Amino acid sequence: MNVTIVDYQSGNISSVINSFAEAAKGKVNLEVTSDINKIKSSDKIVLPGQGSFKSCVDSLNRISGLVDTLKEFSMTNKKPLLGICVGLQMFADVGYEEAETKGLGWIPGKVSKIDNQKGKFKLPHIGWNEIEIQKESKIFKDIKNKSHMYFVHSYEFIPEDKSVISATTDYSSKIVCSVEKDNLFGTQFHPEKSDKIGLKMIDNFLKL
Amino acid sequence: MLKNRIIPCLDVKDGRVVKGINFVELKDAGDPVEQAKIYSDSGADEICFLDITASNENRETIIDIVRKTAKECFVPLTVGGGVRTIQNITDLLLAGADKVSINTAAVKNVDFVKEASKKFGSQCIVVAIDAKKVSDNKWEVFTHGGRNKTGIDVVKFAKKVEENGAGEILLTSMDKDGTKSGYDIDLLKTITNSTNIPVIASGGVGSLDHLYDGIVKGGASAVLAASIFHYGEYKIKDAKEYLNSKNVSVRL
Repeated sequence: MNVTIVDYQSGNISSVINSFAEAAKGKVNLEVTSDINKIKSSDKIVLPGQGSFKSCVDSLNRISGLVDTLKEFSMTNKKPLLGICVGLQMFADVGYEEAETKGLGWIPGKVSKIDNQKGKFKLPHIGWNEIEIQKESKIFKDIKNKSHMYFVHSYEFIPEDKSVISATTDYSSKIVCSVEKDNLFGTQFHPEKSDKIGLKMIDNFLKL
Repeated sequence: MLKNRIIPCLDVKDGRVVKGINFVELKDAGDPVEQAKIYSDSGADEICFLDITASNENRETIIDIVRKTAKECFVPLTVGGGVRTIQNITDLLLAGADKVSINTAAVKNVDFVKEASKKFGSQCIVVAIDAKKVSDNKWEVFTHGGRNKTGIDVVKFAKKVEENGAGEILLTSMDKDGTKSGYDIDLLKTITNSTNIPVIASGGVGSLDHLYDGIVKGGASAVLAASIFHYGEYKIKDAKEYLNSKNVSVRL
């Protein structure tokens, strides 16, 4: 199996590479690239994302043909794709970090700043928080409800169709922290930094 | 609910751990990679390396250590000490660090914090502030491990780094550091109340009660400690169980 981590020159993806390499050991051929032909021939794609919504979208758009290739991969060919952090947020129609920015529009919804209730909650939301599983998701196989995952973000994805939500986390309000829609998977938390449970989730994705 | 983090900090000099854990199971007590792995396996919420290498020639060694550690530890890794340029940050992040902590360079030029957070995102920029009490409820920023006075008020500086995009503040009391008499709670309270970003408490931990005070009385989001874990007085697990027994939420 060929799994590609999309390297679109935005933010630090070393931890994503290290954790996927650990989980993939001997089973999966892992590529880290923005090469469109390699992405096309992959079986699965991981779309990481760090920094702002705008900077990630801008970086994706800077690589000619990348957005169309990803769209064809996930929306037309329906092959599994996992978005992590801003990688998930970009599934939305629009994001409001830095400036109003058009997203990929794969799952209708928006990305807005977490309401910190006038400073009652610190932002970024940094650290370990429990996930509350809302529906069965293939990437949660053998992962218990209320498991701890590592978060670091100030913005949240608000999908229009609530049935895509596979888990939420409690911080100032119920924040969407995982989605599954057909072949599309996304986590707001960082499985690559979430210790053994995070590695298990990555393993689940690789085994899909 | 968001959990309070416990962060063990390892001081690394010329590639070797200074004041390391003294466990019998250690093959090499000076190996930072092995020590980080022990911490991560025992439930540390993050790992922090502080590079105290004095000479420039040996600065490459920390990069190598980070690279090896990141392949074995899958919890967040913060690296500080001598982070002065965008290139320093790039090198550390590429090696596998998740966050960098900036100290003197932030004091010298707060625009550096802005530039770094814009380029890499606030999530990986920690500003380390060394504070020393100058009068009642007044603290001043010090640099170079507490040797150099700057005349800058800590509250003002903390607000300034927040405005410039710091994602967290690592706050060390120079008065308390090394004393094992507990964090400077007044300092912590003052800074956690005047900023909206998470504050990591540092300097002075001698007992598990001190960790409790830092979180509950000081309002810290995370507590950093070195010696109580290094010398095996307490394990990370002991700290977590103690805090949990006192109704402080931690990741167990």
